[in-house]
Amino acid sequence: MARRVTTQRKILFTAFGWLFGLAMFFPILWTAMTSFKSEGDAIASPPLLFYHWTVENYVEVQSRSNYFLHFGNSVAISLGSVLIGLLIAVPAAWAMAFAPARRTKDLLMWMLSTKMMPPVGVLVPIYLIYRDWGLLDTVGGLIGLMTMVNLPIIVWMLYTYFKEIPGDILEAARMDGASLAKEIFYVLAPMAVPGIASTLLLNIILAWNEAFWTLNLTAAKAAPLSAFIASYSSPEGLFWAKLSAASTLAIAPILILGWFSQRQLVRGLTFGAVK
Amino acid sequence: MGAIRLQQVSKSFGTTAVIPTIDLDIADGEFAVFVGPSGCGKSTLLRLIAGLEDTTSGRILIDGVDATRLPPAQRGLAMVFQSYALYPHMSVYKNIAFPLKMAGADHATIDKKVQAAAGILNLTQYLERKPRQLSGGQRQRVAIGRAIVREPKAFLFDEPLSNLDAALRVNMRLEITELHHTLKTTMIYVTHDQVEAMTMADKIVVLRAGNVEQVGSPLELYRSPRNQFVAGFIGSPQMNFVEGAEAEKRGAKTIGIRPEHMSVSRQSGDWVGTVGIAEHLGSDTFLHMAVEGVGAIKVRVEGEFGLHHGEKAYLTPDPAKIHRFDVHGMALG
Repeated sequence: MARRVTTQRKILFTAFGWLFGLAMFFPILWTAMTSFKSEGDAIASPPLLFYHWTVENYVEVQSRSNYFLHFGNSVAISLGSVLIGLLIAVPAAWAMAFAPARRTKDLLMWMLSTKMMPPVGVLVPIYLIYRDWGLLDTVGGLIGLMTMVNLPIIVWMLYTYFKEIPGDILEAARMDGASLAKEIFYVLAPMAVPGIASTLLLNIILAWNEAFWTLNLTAAKAAPLSAFIASYSSPEGLFWAKLSAASTLAIAPILILGWFSQRQLVRGLTFGAVK
Repeated sequence: MGAIRLQQVSKSFGTTAVIPTIDLDIADGEFAVFVGPSGCGKSTLLRLIAGLEDTTSGRILIDGVDATRLPPAQRGLAMVFQSYALYPHMSVYKNIAFPLKMAGADHATIDKKVQAAAGILNLTQYLERKPRQLSGGQRQRVAIGRAIVREPKAFLFDEPLSNLDAALRVNMRLEITELHHTLKTTMIYVTHDQVEAMTMADKIVVLRAGNVEQVGSPLELYRSPRNQFVAGFIGSPQMNFVEGAEAEKRGAKTIGIRPEHMSVSRQSGDWVGTVGIAEHLGSDTFLHMAVEGVGAIKVRVEGEFGLHHGEKAYLTPDPAKIHRFDVHGMALG
């Protein structure tokens, strides 16, 4: 028998759903609202819900720092690191999913274990290496680092998606004369598109919002948006409105990307759950 | 040409020998069926021939050329999988065209061959569809189409009909046999269904635990099984096996008699028994009987036979068609 849903229950759950959703969205909403306040209104207590709207913070932020430079760095670092990561991870995940060896599971666990260590534990050696190799404050250096930081997650996600693809189909491709590269390009990749897309999106978001390494390894030239935000919580004191304006500018692109790709993202994250 | 020869081929996974050692010859144009219970190594053997698994030792010759170390694509064989293994993101046309595309054929050639294959398999009106929009039988035909366009030396079928329903299975069985008559290409067909083996094969290879139990034409296997396993596996309903006094009387450990090789009478006969279950199919009647001093015996009688549960009947086995087996289950001459 189908579960009976009464109108009251429906209303209750809908209200609860909206409440929960709004609570999750509230910090972003509040940041965006604060960014349009004057500095005085921003620190008013109790907080003001109705206030004089102004865009002076945005003007100020753009005049004090070059938003587009940081935006460009963020795009380069997140997109570059994820694309390179995928190039490495697709063959790796293929091997682990379709040609597993005795130690494949251990290898996967080992890769994941690198994510269990707090990044600060390797800060000093990586900082010294980057200093000696002249990679500090370079976009290239950060792309390389972010590739390595996110690679375990990319491999894991792809491995999970690839496991869902029947091996028979790849064997059929092999019988049909496809080389390994063609097998991956013509058969595996198109079948795994939802999985690859959600891996791509999720890791772009992770790389976009990464702050530990970007703050420690960049200064002016290669700083992405996360470092750009941080520059507004500075020794000069907290400027809530400007900080909010910078934050809004930093998260807007990724929010828009997420909004347009949410269908793909959800499909990818639930890929293979229902046959 | 498509003669396939296995010389001392063996396959182990770790320490488990799936196929101890096999020697086998399949002639060009032959329809060979590998049959055996599940886990007997028949699919592994097919995959060794296909090149999807590496042999542990031995050689595989295709048209006299050593193909043991060749990758699957270079062996010139085509395979049809149990799961069809179609490319779900490609249309039927692109599925069938895929091997040609991989071989670098030009558009005109691809189109000509795909259309020809689609014509043979009645797929012309489905070419633009995706596999998920097709029925099981149509999917299987696409898989066969993909194999045909390559003009392979031999077709390998891995239980291609087991995902289809019973009625469709009979149809596809006929279609594949028909295809063999048309193309005259070597076909190797793996199944656990002895009816498929009997109806389709020129040559049946019966496998058990990775060993070849017997190789022969369907009727050879039916008439003179080499051992008790083959005798029990080939033929439906299964052969009756009797041990004890009846067997000793004929100088054997076990005797075997097929259900269709006994006559039934209400009045007289060699054995007397009681009918347990009577299955009336119209064309045949199957009687499951408990026979005194012999045991459970299944009998097949042609047409209607009005015996029912609990009734008494006499059985007379045809003496010329009794199979005798020794203590090791091997047939006695």
